[in-house]
Amino acid sequence: MTKRILEVSDLKKHFPIRGGLLGGTVGYVYAVDGVSFHINQGETLSLVGESGCGKSTVGKSVLRLFPLTSGQVVLNGKRIDDMPSGSLRPLRRQIQVVFQDPFSSLNPRLRVREILAEPIRNFGLANSEAEIDEKVGQLMDKVRLPRDAVNRWPHEFSGGQRQRICIARALAAEPDIIVCDEAVSALDVSVKAQIVNLLQDLQAELGLAMLFISHDLAIVEHMTHRVAVMYLGQIVEVADRKSLFGTPRHPYTEALLSAVPVPVPGALRERIVLQGDVPSPIKPPPGCRFHTRCPYAFDRCRKEVPALKDDGTGHLAACHLHDGPAAENPLLNKAPPTAFRAA
Amino acid sequence: MSEMDNRPMLLEVDNLQTHFRTMDGVNRAVDGVSFHVRSGETLAIVGESGCGKSVTAMSILRLIPEPPGKIAGSIKFQGKDLLKLSDREMRAIRGNDISMIFQEPMTSLNPVLTNGQQIGETLRLHQGLNAQQAEARAVEMLKLVGIPEPERRVREYPHQLSGGMRQRVMIAIALACNPKLLIADEPTTALDVTIQAQILDLMKDLKTTVGAAIVLITHDLGVVAEVAERVVVMYAGRKVEEARVGDLFRTPRHPYTQGLLGSVPKLGSSLTGETTRLAEIPGLVPSLKQRIPGCVFATRCPKVTELCRAVPPALQEKAPGHIAACHYAEVEGVAAA
Repeated sequence: MTKRILEVSDLKKHFPIRGGLLGGTVGYVYAVDGVSFHINQGETLSLVGESGCGKSTVGKSVLRLFPLTSGQVVLNGKRIDDMPSGSLRPLRRQIQVVFQDPFSSLNPRLRVREILAEPIRNFGLANSEAEIDEKVGQLMDKVRLPRDAVNRWPHEFSGGQRQRICIARALAAEPDIIVCDEAVSALDVSVKAQIVNLLQDLQAELGLAMLFISHDLAIVEHMTHRVAVMYLGQIVEVADRKSLFGTPRHPYTEALLSAVPVPVPGALRERIVLQGDVPSPIKPPPGCRFHTRCPYAFDRCRKEVPALKDDGTGHLAACHLHDGPAAENPLLNKAPPTAFRAA
Repeated sequence: MSEMDNRPMLLEVDNLQTHFRTMDGVNRAVDGVSFHVRSGETLAIVGESGCGKSVTAMSILRLIPEPPGKIAGSIKFQGKDLLKLSDREMRAIRGNDISMIFQEPMTSLNPVLTNGQQIGETLRLHQGLNAQQAEARAVEMLKLVGIPEPERRVREYPHQLSGGMRQRVMIAIALACNPKLLIADEPTTALDVTIQAQILDLMKDLKTTVGAAIVLITHDLGVVAEVAERVVVMYAGRKVEEARVGDLFRTPRHPYTQGLLGSVPKLGSSLTGETTRLAEIPGLVPSLKQRIPGCVFATRCPKVTELCRAVPPALQEKAPGHIAACHYAEVEGVAAA
């Protein structure tokens, strides 16, 4: 059986809102509100959704960059959600991160060698300076940067090269899983392709698990194994790539896919344009959180929260439509929004 | 497919050069770019960051500070060269005949003015409306761009609106004086996909109702395919290819355009089994501070030869209405000049 690297159950992160005369808590931002998923060795799970849906908060939660409100996070069989930071420190080697902006995530006062040597030293992965040098050299090879660039400063590199350094730094700790939080979003089209290819190569080479957080659905489809779609702090659908992009089972996923502009002029397809904006995560709507924008919403959606249900093939969706007869289900019985042909 | 477009010419940019003096030499951000826009037409200018697409847009409206910038060439708008106008004459055109939408809806609105005041400002300035008339027209504009409860929103401030709504206000300001040309610089880049779909739909609707020509600056090939009629591809401050949108996506002729199209994954790739490796364009964009003797793309081109490094390729019509700057792009269906 494949090894389970990360398992998250019923994760919640509510940020308090301070206000009022005495600066007390006047409410909460329900950024993540009951999220469960798992990632196996060598597997990429993508978290997709629009800004404010909580996907980055999930990433930061599993990295334990802040305390959690509730829920469980199990990394390589060890529960880390309530672990004191002292005992958590050595475990941080196993989970590393690459952030979106390669310009602000490298210390401008450290040379590349020092940036890459830091995690090696911190986690005691080398016994001598010579060994560190050798490891740093190997990391540069892995991310396809010239070895002699280790003595340069971050500002001497372009955005794509800096992102390679960020990836090398994440790899320096020899992790089992990497969280990529919009890691390719800030890059130009041609550079983005380079980094996507690099991440895929590294995954194949090192058997890394990946939590790939992104809003770019075409990139996600290109490189993921499974996808979880988030809306207002909750997962509304989880499936393997082909089922999610081929037969979306949640109206939000369907609308999201149909909204992506495709590089095919005159592509013929039905677009579902959602009305309005995402409601505030401070006062999420009752019932199904998507009902205020859902084109298929009916009475039950406004009152009852739909549960994430398996359709029998491992494709999970949280939508009441699937409780009714399949023949009347507007989500089924039609071409997927990803199937389009040129005019 | 070579029917003549006989809509009247609106904007003709000829040999535009926008250079910036910097501490370490002259930065040739835009270096000899020519294109035209007809009335009611949508032209997209695509390219990666630093290719000069935004500087081109800013140059048309003369929003480049001079110095350190310097604009040369000619920009004819309805036959008048904008570069020869006085500042005062230029002010009468900005926001009136030509208006602009910027990328950042969060920072392009004035936080201390109400939405109505900002829309009304251009109307009062260019059309001499009084405060009440301007507010009434602002309400109409908000309605036009699909903002619910316009009577209330017109008295609210930008921070009370979401990103998508702010971009709608930006569009309302830009369209308030019925411009003939709208320059949209990455209008949907900062927005989420579902909101982007709303704004793109809005822009398409407005094009038919208002009839303004649009110059759309973007790096998103999906957006280009969706709204543009004709496309100019820029690289390192030059135009490298120009074609009708269908021709460009079907048969890109410049190796840079080919690389660009190959490096974006298409939605639905997992269903058609097209999830192959993405094409990479190796290397980096050259520095614009040094003169490039040959082709600007030579350092990254898979088909490069000695000729490319030595002689810059001229823009040549490779097929009817399809121009590319490459020594080796195939020529079809055009009589040799």
